Amino acid sequence: MDVRSQISMVFHLDKCIGCHTCSIACKNIWTDRKGAEYMWWNNVETKPGTGYPGKWEDQEIYKGGWKKSSGGKISLKGAGKLRGLLNIFHNPHLPVIDDYYEPFTYKYLDLIEAPAGEDQPTARPVSLITGKPIDIKMGPNWDDDLSGTPDYARNDPNLQELSPAEQEAMFQLERMAFFYLPRICNHCLNPACVASCPSGAIYKRGEDGVVLINQEVCRAWRMCVTACPYKKSYYNWGTGKSEKCILCYPRLEAGFAPACMHSCVGRIRYLGVLLYDADKIESAATKHNNDSSAIDLQMDMLLDPFDPEVIHSAKENGVADSTIKAAQSSPTYKFVKEWGLAVPLHPEFRTLPMLFYVPPLLPVMASLSEVNNIKQEKKLDSIAKSWNDNWLYDTSTEELWGTIEQARFPLKYMANMFTAGDEEKIKEILKKLMAVRIHRRSVTVGDISEERSQATLKDVGLTPEMADDIFSLTALAKFDDRFVIPAAHREQAMEMMDFVGTTKGATGFGIKQDLKRSL
Amino acid sequence: MDLLNNFTLIGLPYAALVLFVVGSIYRYQATKYTYSSLSSQFLEGKQLFWGSMPFHWGILVLFLGHLIAFLMPESLLAFNSHPVKLLIIEISAFMFALIVLVGILTLFIRRITNPRLQVVTNRMDLIVEILLILEVIIGIVVALNFRWGSAWFPAVITPYLNSLMILQPDISAVASLPSAIKLHIVLAFTIILLFPFTRLVHFLVVPLHYLRRPYQRVIWSWDKKQVRNPDTAWSITRPYEGVPNFLQKLVPSELAEKYMQKLKGPFRYFK
Ligand code: SF4
Ligand code: SF4
Repeated sequence: MDVRSQISMVFHLDKCIGCHTCSIACKNIWTDRKGAEYMWWNNVETKPGTGYPGKWEDQEIYKGGWKKSSGGKISLKGAGKLRGLLNIFHNPHLPVIDDYYEPFTYKYLDLIEAPAGEDQPTARPVSLITGKPIDIKMGPNWDDDLSGTPDYARNDPNLQELSPAEQEAMFQLERMAFFYLPRICNHCLNPACVASCPSGAIYKRGEDGVVLINQEVCRAWRMCVTACPYKKSYYNWGTGKSEKCILCYPRLEAGFAPACMHSCVGRIRYLGVLLYDADKIESAATKHNNDSSAIDLQMDMLLDPFDPEVIHSAKENGVADSTIKAAQSSPTYKFVKEWGLAVPLHPEFRTLPMLFYVPPLLPVMASLSEVNNIKQEKKLDSIAKSWNDNWLYDTSTEELWGTIEQARFPLKYMANMFTAGDEEKIKEILKKLMAVRIHRRSVTVGDISEERSQATLKDVGLTPEMADDIFSLTALAKFDDRFVIPAAHREQAMEMMDFVGTTKGATGFGIKQDLKRSL
Repeated sequence: MDLLNNFTLIGLPYAALVLFVVGSIYRYQATKYTYSSLSSQFLEGKQLFWGSMPFHWGILVLFLGHLIAFLMPESLLAFNSHPVKLLIIEISAFMFALIVLVGILTLFIRRITNPRLQVVTNRMDLIVEILLILEVIIGIVVALNFRWGSAWFPAVITPYLNSLMILQPDISAVASLPSAIKLHIVLAFTIILLFPFTRLVHFLVVPLHYLRRPYQRVIWSWDKKQVRNPDTAWSITRPYEGVPNFLQKLVPSELAEKYMQKLKGPFRYFK
């Protein structure tokens, strides 16, 4: 057992309101620069939708991630050692800036300085690359809230295995729904970006698992942009270096939550330590056939931070006590492993993402009543009754499990995103979420009998205490419950590199040279 | 004439070689960040294919050809003794020259016509591109007018280059060559001279080591096991697993670090 610690994240999609505060916080700190204007290390997509860059999930186009090759090994889909080097002069799978969008601004000064005339002056859009006026064809969040539209929602790669009838049903005006998918780099355990970099500029930090690109070593070979199946490695066209989310590591090291998480309005984000067994990385990445066993294998790697054996090996491996302690109160461990509520996005890409999502229940729960009958009408509340026709939402608690199966989002769609197509797995999670609601409704409103609530909880393998915990971490959690950040122990790292006794007086004194006496 | 010859065939080459070596190393040490191929594929990818692919592959072959003629003149001459083989070498070299020309012209036109690329183009990019175009064109002219270069290069140019290498420059033979060939030589050294000041330095960091390294890279900022070992506390150099303290003192810490990382220690690879 090779125990390592990893900073992991959970995004609770039910709570995301699509406000993009996270994206702006990130942009303001990190990517508001020439060459990086088009980058959104954090972006929030509307699902169903094509996302950013367009259709990024379709690896037939972008060739990201790993694929299983003969002999049970895996290889990079679009790069790899030999192929990467042969394609170094022209990478046939590199997205170009138009796949994201051409960054632009407006000539605001024209509004003030235009000479007086007949017409109102306008602020024309100009390209942030060339500075010339452009017709804006795409921008950040171009498909925001555009569920159902033919160009965006209907081209969502996750719709692929849905029958045309199912797709049609999804996009009927009356049934249409969408949810938001905030995305950052997953700081994967088997990162394709690291593996694809010919220069070896990308690496994973041992202590906390943050994946970084060394700007000094990056030589613009561009293979990581192709290799990351989540398209979270971006090429800076100005500096000729690739960049990606750094998980705000300077903030993390100082004990602050990353900017996107700190600013999240919906409080959907959780960050904490997971202990995992690095010996299992290879098998977790290779031993599945693009099915949901990918998730089981990944869960199997995550270790119980209370297990004495795990603690022992962790200490032996140099994991600090404070890190182990953080792992024990990690919110992500609870969501991912203890409660089994959070799953990685597209586990079939085989990068072992360390960002997990609690899939959204909300649009599922409000299913439409298919028939207009007396029985149905009785269930409706007074407001809904005044609209009594086929369009109505059935939010009653009758036939609860039934509504999940007749969800407005076909389970298949969600399954394609989160569980490599396994509908049972996604149903299991949604049922748990629903059971927690039933339990809380029985506690607070009381219109559901306790027996019924107990029965539903039992059905999904939760206890009332667990349900209460889930409820409180979901709905009530304070800042310190959502972000459990261990100390970075830079002080020890410093001691290992320098004898602090000789350097401590030098800070601020202006000595730049190495304090060596001779060679 | 002598003065000009001495300057272009002795002075320039030495200046070029010295600047090339010193300049490239200095730039790598001082501003490693600027070592980049500065790819513009992200701004324009389609035309690039027809420029970059023929140019790079072609110039690699031509470069290797020149290198072989310089390093192994005898074997080349022996190979060429068969007229059919000579013909094959000459024709294929000529073809590659044409491919390179097509490539570099495409790149040049792409660079000066695409408004997006103008934003990421600097003076040196253009100078280098123009010099390369001239060099290739002159090379083609030489190949057409003074046939069987693969036969006379080893006989005339190689001894000249060797004489430069051993610091006893002998230009008697090259000085009497036709001016097109001399121009080709001079341009070549000019490009070498400008090398460290341009994006051409990316040639020096071709990532062939990628083939040998494991796919994944994990870097520890300190040795995760040693950090908690009470026996190694408080030392001036970073302690390395299994290396006695006095030995650690003997070896400069950067060196030790580099090699210990390869064996075990802070760098951990899997797979
Ligand atoms: S999400 Fe992409 S960029 Fe981030 S670690 Fe994984 S492969 Fe690398
Ligand atoms: S800030 Fe939070 S709630 Fe708002 S879009 Fe981002 S993740 Fe969603």
